[in-house]
Amino acid sequence: MIPSTLEYTKARSIDEALAAVAAGARPLAGGMSLLPMMRLRLASPGAVVDLGGVPELVGVCEDGDELAVGAMTTHRAIANDPLIARHCHVVAQAAAGVGSMTIRNRGTIGGSLAHADPHGDLPAAILAAGGAVIVRGPGGERRVDVGDLITSYLTTTIADDELITQVRLPKDAAQSAYAKFHRRAIDWSIIGVGVSIGADGVRAAATGVGERPMRLTGFESVLDGGGSLEAAIARAAEGLSPTADLDGSTEYKQHLVGVLAARAYAEASSR
Amino acid sequence: MGQSITVTVNGTVHTAEVEPRTLLVHFLREQLNLTGTHIGCDTSTCGCCTVHLDGDTILACSTLAVQCDGSEVRTVEGLQADDGALHPIQQAFHENHGLQCGFCTPGMMMAALGVIEQQPDASDDEIREALEGNLCRCTGYQNIVASVRAAADQMARS
Ligand SMILES: Cc1cc2nc3c(=O)[nH]c(=O)nc-3n(C[C@H](O)[C@H](O)[C@H](O)COP(=O)(O)OP(=O)(O)OC[C@H]3O[C@@H](n4cnc5c(N)ncnc54)[C@H](O)[C@@H]3O)c2cc1C
Ligand code: FES
Ligand code: FES
Repeated sequence: MIPSTLEYTKARSIDEALAAVAAGARPLAGGMSLLPMMRLRLASPGAVVDLGGVPELVGVCEDGDELAVGAMTTHRAIANDPLIARHCHVVAQAAAGVGSMTIRNRGTIGGSLAHADPHGDLPAAILAAGGAVIVRGPGGERRVDVGDLITSYLTTTIADDELITQVRLPKDAAQSAYAKFHRRAIDWSIIGVGVSIGADGVRAAATGVGERPMRLTGFESVLDGGGSLEAAIARAAEGLSPTADLDGSTEYKQHLVGVLAARAYAEASSR
Repeated sequence: MGQSITVTVNGTVHTAEVEPRTLLVHFLREQLNLTGTHIGCDTSTCGCCTVHLDGDTILACSTLAVQCDGSEVRTVEGLQADDGALHPIQQAFHENHGLQCGFCTPGMMMAALGVIEQQPDASDDEIREALEGNLCRCTGYQNIVASVRAAADQMARS
């Protein structure tokens, strides 16, 4: 289908983009979630502001003990970035597994977090790494941990007049990995699990387990307490009740959480 | 409510009025009459509409024409040489039986070129990965990979 009528502007700076969203325009990043929704008329924004012409929103650089990743950096650029590969492997690996090359060439890290798909890979990977976003709006800038960003299905704490400008990734997540299970090569995860082994212990997070990505607290606490991987796997899906659907029953998905957590943990520890 | 855009398509500069909601694939097919780029789905999942935007493969069904203002687009119509000689990727699909009905073929060839132009020594696995977003209902894919392999080898030689 053809999207409904809309106004289009292309921002040349963050300030121009902020002025447009303040006037009611919807941000358009890679368009890999927004345009399919507009074609199905699940979304009908009266106006969009294209963030594709704002150079400050693209790229990866080191900033103290973090990496600063521009919100408009594509999945492909993230999958191939040497800094992310070295310091935050889990995010590079998740980005490499998104959709197809055509999706990775356009889709962005900021768009993935703002879209908050309950089966999205990037939010779970960034949660496992312990990342945060920088959100800018009329009142200035604020920092939000990814764990506090997504509240429900396709819902975040970002206001309509705000933009994600940057994603901050910790540099101590080198020992990390992402494991996903899906049926067709280009699909979202049925379940995906990211694991990061850092100085403060193990962080694990899963996608596909509910309305938002969730930390695997049972799994983490067994390993942090010196318990065995088997004991940790047994508690991986603790407190999680993924919805039964065509992809599988709740029990099957709980089983997948354990299997994928073990895979990601094994890969992370071997790095 | 038209908006003026200038897009270079297969080397020709086009300036046109488009409605902002016009998808690139509709601009190509209906305004420029370049019907080689196909539409196979409504969900961004089939890859039939794959074209190159400034050198990278993208889905023309999931990109607005206005987003391409000032950019270069390459479609399947840009492959054949002016003297009628087939591009190595076209020749290879022809010789290796890389198509049956041909519906997926334009998108398949553009996706394949995306990988072998940027990575001439791509392995068979890398070729398969680059084609993961392109569905074919006919061939069973083996001959498509063989075609892309043959084209990559031919292009590396010449
Ligand atoms: C066939 C297909 C397969 C896919 N497979 C996967 C997969 O396996 N795993 C996966 O994780 N994802 C997958 N995706 C989704 C993909 O990752 C998208 O890139 C992502 O969800 C959205 O990013 P985008 O840049 O395209 O955002 P857009 O589609 O442009 O925007 C999405 C939403 O975020 C808002 N937004 C965008 N940028 C900002 C910003 N900077 N600040 C505030 N709001 C913003 C928009 O207004 C919109 O509401 C797939 C998509 C398709 C079409
Ligand atoms: S028409 Fe199916 S992906 Fe574009
Ligand atoms: S040749 Fe018929 S769909 Fe591929």
